[in-house]
Amino acid sequence: MSKGIGVVGLYVHDQDEALDFYVNKLGFVVHADARNGAYRWLTVKHPNQPTIELGLFQPQEPVMDAATAQTMREMVAKGAMPPLVLVVEDCKASYEAMRKNGVEFTQEPIARYGGVDANFRDPSGNGWKMIQG
Amino acid sequence: MGSGIDPALLRRLLRAKDRMDAASEEEWPVERLASVSGVSEAHFSRSFKDAFGVPPHRYLLTRRIERAKALLRDTDRPVIDIAFQTGWSSLGTFGRVFRDITGQSPTELRAREQAGAHALDQVPHCFISAAYRPNLKSAVSEKRRQEAADKTDPEATETSEDTK
Repeated sequence: MSKGIGVVGLYVHDQDEALDFYVNKLGFVVHADARNGAYRWLTVKHPNQPTIELGLFQPQEPVMDAATAQTMREMVAKGAMPPLVLVVEDCKASYEAMRKNGVEFTQEPIARYGGVDANFRDPSGNGWKMIQG
Repeated sequence: MGSGIDPALLRRLLRAKDRMDAASEEEWPVERLASVSGVSEAHFSRSFKDAFGVPPHRYLLTRRIERAKALLRDTDRPVIDIAFQTGWSSLGTFGRVFRDITGQSPTELRAREQAGAHALDQVPHCFISAAYRPNLKSAVSEKRRQEAADKTDPEATETSEDTK
């Protein structure tokens, strides 16, 4: 097992919706999907990065109290969560393909500073910057 | 703690904010923003302020000033071109609002920013620009009143003209 970051998590509004988005629209693959009552441990991986899992977690009781869970849902919906960056081969091609799949772009590809970048959001409101690598 | 606003509504309000971010040079009257969010015009401004802390037209001003600052810093384009490119219809209004918000004229800010060294090559552009965004906690008109109480300027109000 390679040493380093294993799981980084996102908060999402709805795990089924997030799963559909990250797998069917972005092309990630499911790594773990385990339930225990109302709790669901759900992680996906980028196909090129088998050692890093992206967790798609719901802010919920009893992991946190109800008021905190509500605050987290609001923060995600307001786009206040930390930056995420996805590196792609060809920003314009990915933009076209993802847009056709129904991904909500908040900035179309712009060529600047020697690169090309675009912005999109997941259905919950998490914002991704897509950069041509 | 939470604002008590339905996250689904917040997500739709975020869409209006995103649209202003993507095209802050465009006109964003309340009816246009409200339709992006699927909210009635009567409720939009209040909901937006509850969600993001500032009224939508003031948020738009901060984005325009942020872009103008970046263009002043990163390009040698004439100030009048930058004013029109960032959504102002008059150079006078741009200069006045710019000074009210940043405390400097566009030319002064350009000189100061271009003189300083910046080692931000490793930071993606949008995060840098967000960090440079002016923090407009009070209305521009209020700021103006506080700073220049002795002067009388009939145009010195934060009218919707500033954001069109």
